[in-house]
Amino acid sequence: MEADGIKGTIFAIKKYAIHDGPAIRTTVFLKGCPLRCWWCHNPEGIDGAVSLVWNADRCVGCGECLQACPEGALQLQENSVVRNENVCSGCLGCVSACPALAHEATGWRAGVDEVMTEIKKDIPFYDESGGGVTFSGGEPLQQPRFLLALLKECGRLGLHRAVDTSCFAEIETLQEVAEQCELFLVDLKHMDSDKHRLYTGVGNRKILENIAALAASGSAVRVRIPLIKGFNSDEVNIRRSGEFLTGLGTIDAVDLLPYHSAASAKYRKLGMEYKALQFAPIENSEVEACKTILQHMGLEVHLGG
Amino acid sequence: MNSRIERLRQKSFEAQPSISIERALLETEYYKENSGKYSLPVLRAGFFRYLCEKKTLYIGEDELIVGERGPAPKAVPTFPELTCHSADDLRILDSRSMTSYHVRQEDITTYEKEVIPYWSGRSMRDRIFSKVPENWQRAYQAGLFTEFMEQRAPGHTVLDGSIYRCGMKDYQKRIKTKIEGLDYLGDPRASDKYEQLTAMDIACDAVVIFARRHADLALEMAAREGDAGRKKELERIAEICRWVPENAPRTFHEAVQMYWFVHLGTITELNGWDAMSPGHLDQHLRPFYEKEIAGGSLDRQAAKELLACLWIKVNNHTAPPKVGVTARESGTYNDFTQINLGGLLRDGGDGVSEVSYIALEVADELHLLQPQPSVHISARTPDRFLQAAARVIRKGHGYPSVFNTDMVIQEQVRAGKSVEDAREGGTSGCIETGAFGKEAYILTGYLNVPKILEITLNNGIDPLIGEKVGIETGAPGDFQSFEELYQAFSRQLEYVVDLKIMVNNYIERMYAKYSPAPFLSVVIDDCIEKGRDYYDGGPRYNTNYIQCCGIGTVTDSLSAIKTHVYEEGSLSWDELLQALAADFKNSEGLRLRLWNKTPFFGNDDDRADGLMQRIYESLFSTIDGKPNTKGTGYHINMLSTTCHVYFGKMLGATPNGRHAHLPASDGTSPSHGADRCGPTAVIKSLSKMDQVKSGGTLLNQRFLPSVLKTDADLEKLAGLIRTYFRLGGHHIQFNVVDTSTLRRAQENPEEYRNLLVRVAGYSDYFVDLDRDHQEEIISRTEQEMG
Repeated sequence: MEADGIKGTIFAIKKYAIHDGPAIRTTVFLKGCPLRCWWCHNPEGIDGAVSLVWNADRCVGCGECLQACPEGALQLQENSVVRNENVCSGCLGCVSACPALAHEATGWRAGVDEVMTEIKKDIPFYDESGGGVTFSGGEPLQQPRFLLALLKECGRLGLHRAVDTSCFAEIETLQEVAEQCELFLVDLKHMDSDKHRLYTGVGNRKILENIAALAASGSAVRVRIPLIKGFNSDEVNIRRSGEFLTGLGTIDAVDLLPYHSAASAKYRKLGMEYKALQFAPIENSEVEACKTILQHMGLEVHLGG
Repeated sequence: MNSRIERLRQKSFEAQPSISIERALLETEYYKENSGKYSLPVLRAGFFRYLCEKKTLYIGEDELIVGERGPAPKAVPTFPELTCHSADDLRILDSRSMTSYHVRQEDITTYEKEVIPYWSGRSMRDRIFSKVPENWQRAYQAGLFTEFMEQRAPGHTVLDGSIYRCGMKDYQKRIKTKIEGLDYLGDPRASDKYEQLTAMDIACDAVVIFARRHADLALEMAAREGDAGRKKELERIAEICRWVPENAPRTFHEAVQMYWFVHLGTITELNGWDAMSPGHLDQHLRPFYEKEIAGGSLDRQAAKELLACLWIKVNNHTAPPKVGVTARESGTYNDFTQINLGGLLRDGGDGVSEVSYIALEVADELHLLQPQPSVHISARTPDRFLQAAARVIRKGHGYPSVFNTDMVIQEQVRAGKSVEDAREGGTSGCIETGAFGKEAYILTGYLNVPKILEITLNNGIDPLIGEKVGIETGAPGDFQSFEELYQAFSRQLEYVVDLKIMVNNYIERMYAKYSPAPFLSVVIDDCIEKGRDYYDGGPRYNTNYIQCCGIGTVTDSLSAIKTHVYEEGSLSWDELLQALAADFKNSEGLRLRLWNKTPFFGNDDDRADGLMQRIYESLFSTIDGKPNTKGTGYHINMLSTTCHVYFGKMLGATPNGRHAHLPASDGTSPSHGADRCGPTAVIKSLSKMDQVKSGGTLLNQRFLPSVLKTDADLEKLAGLIRTYFRLGGHHIQFNVVDTSTLRRAQENPEEYRNLLVRVAGYSDYFVDLDRDHQEEIISRTEQEMG
């Protein structure tokens, strides 16, 4: 197979994914993202490298990881396993030794074949429901060679392919991916570039240009606005978002995804700061108001993914 | 729901189950007077007629469909000829906290004086237990299997459409012709047939008498009734009860009342397991509905009201109270009446009609315990019907359950039934397949498959009681390979199954000889034709099922041994056996390794699923085709109802890391919490089981309400179901409820009286379940994908 030997880093393969594109899908999450969105729901996908996490609540203190570690990087200190990052080689010996799943890797290196084996398992469900495969992240375009190899394999099998991307990528890469997928899922975060930079780490110019380019080249794009109170749900931004979308000429629908703080446990586990905690959950009335504005601009609006 | 139905529903919902000793008293009286005067079939029929002549009648306010088995809703008679409850049994029933039945003190006294002295030693149960061999007793007490027929009659019967075309008069004509044609010279069984056919004839009279008494009572009530509307209704009831069941019904109302009288007849005559079911009720009522709608004598609302009345009638009929092991493994008020909706017609056409949708609406709006609807989906069933069912599933009552018609048909054709009879068949009880109106498909009891592995690991000894309950197949430490272990397991399986079948066959003949069911025999083909009783091979098809439990637990346990002891060599037999004996005390690390680092069934992982296939094949080859007493054979069935909780209690720690006494896996579902890859992986694993060789499998899935919020979500659920069926699945059912709701219901049961949850092949009120069953449901993996 052409894809032989190509590997990438992923952090999850989710089956019966029913909110990542049409019908029943398998979503493959590729690790690594150039953005730093405060509200990111998959913080384990931000860093492109695999790291190790230790879950205190699962540990039963059996000490098997200490024996399994060839570098002697682990120490038991007051009911807590401490890792010396300078010594740890990242061999994952502790992960395979731990009976309690207390040691966890935030992702793994996977070959195209391995991922395809998992994808292929659910073909009967895609066939029956009209679903397929979605590549998400992280930012899947961060690993273009791996992503393209997977897309081509899926294409060879006739599977419907969606790519969930921030569109923060080189246009050439994006165009190459566009040749190999049936649908893009794209988030429109904020129309003001400064605000966009403040809350995501990057400006929005490249993203907006890329969305426009995809739309102009006839790619199917499904745009979603993560609705975050205090960030982008104000009338001005919603209007500008609507204007941008209607101006593209080929976009007639938009999904509104009201923000919720379900990811906070993941941040705790990863020892990461969850800046989005300061966002209050958005009220239904405000969601409805956004919906009405966009509908008046001629867009079809769906709530949820 | 109109106000009449609202009131009837409330009354039925609030009625407390109680014991009525009327039937037992009448029966004792009748037997004292008549036993020995007649052949047994005629004696049974005579008693049935006596009961129909004498028993207290009940016509409640607002009712349109009439008739109760006891003197009032949820007043349950006893059947001392089968199981004679002791005074202690009755006191326990009255006072126990779960599934209690109110018994009046004076009734207990009367029972002690009148009923117990006569039936003690004469009841079927007493006679059976005095005869069964000691090794069977030991295995039974150890929880290796259960025995259905030790206190309730074999039953599990479902009707086809013939009672809507034939009245009792018509059946009697057929009986008369058969009697006239008996060949006393050439047929050595002619006089047996004469007795049996005569009994059937008497049984027909009995239900007609019962109906006429209702007609008389309705007229009396009408005469006293002040309200003109109700007076008219009572007069109409009287007319109907004078017409059916003697004659074939002419209207929708008569058809529903016809079914109800036949249902009552069968559950009054005896207490066959799982009450009685109407089968494809929507298909049976469709001609009446369409004719009357076209003619203008019925509208949709009126039809719906009548169906609701039938629903409430079924709900009024609580299961007869159980005792002993059976009470432990079946702690429910449910007596399972399953109504099949959709499916295919006898000629292969689509069975869905407007009546199917009305029935779904009734089930949804009433959300009562019984009856429980199932939807039957074939490749040609319209999507909009599955969608309508999915909208009810989303409500979280736990029903309708969903069946694959095409598979249900294939299973039956494999077992030798004609394709038309198979289409007219369907499922009853929980998930059991049968040819409606033509088959006795007897559930004989559950088999504790993980327990069979447990005794294999202990050389035939039950480690919980230290007694030998199996055969000696060697100490596991001596098994040089996984293969040797598996061979030992297969031998224990063979031994236990043979032991069970030996006693089943004995009990079956006891029923055939001493407890015939002449009324049931009237309505099941070909009992009249053959002049044989339902219990004696009269039906066209005769099947015995053994229900195999715990395939998830046993697969995962064998997978753990294979992986850790034989493949990786990281675990010694001594270490494992000691940990199991100690219920993993001081070896939590090992327990977690077994639990977390073993390929388990339910994850679309061929390593575990391959073992499941092998075990399934062993169950099949050990059981399928073993002869029963009717010239046909045993088949496997893969349901556990609630027995996996009882079986789990009787089971020590298992090699899959399961603690002692926790439930075994239910039906054909993966072990609790073992499926970690979402519902599609569970379905893929299940589809590797060659389900067509079974009499049914059972897959429970618990979904969070958030996964089924929108109509688009429901379409995806339908996609999931259709895919499973395309892959050869028999059945799937859903609990749509989140853990926090269940926990709140445990804390405040009074506020959650109405919370129905899917238990096994049926729903039950969550607050009526004991703590073990509640915890079992909570521990089912919550599918929150998406």
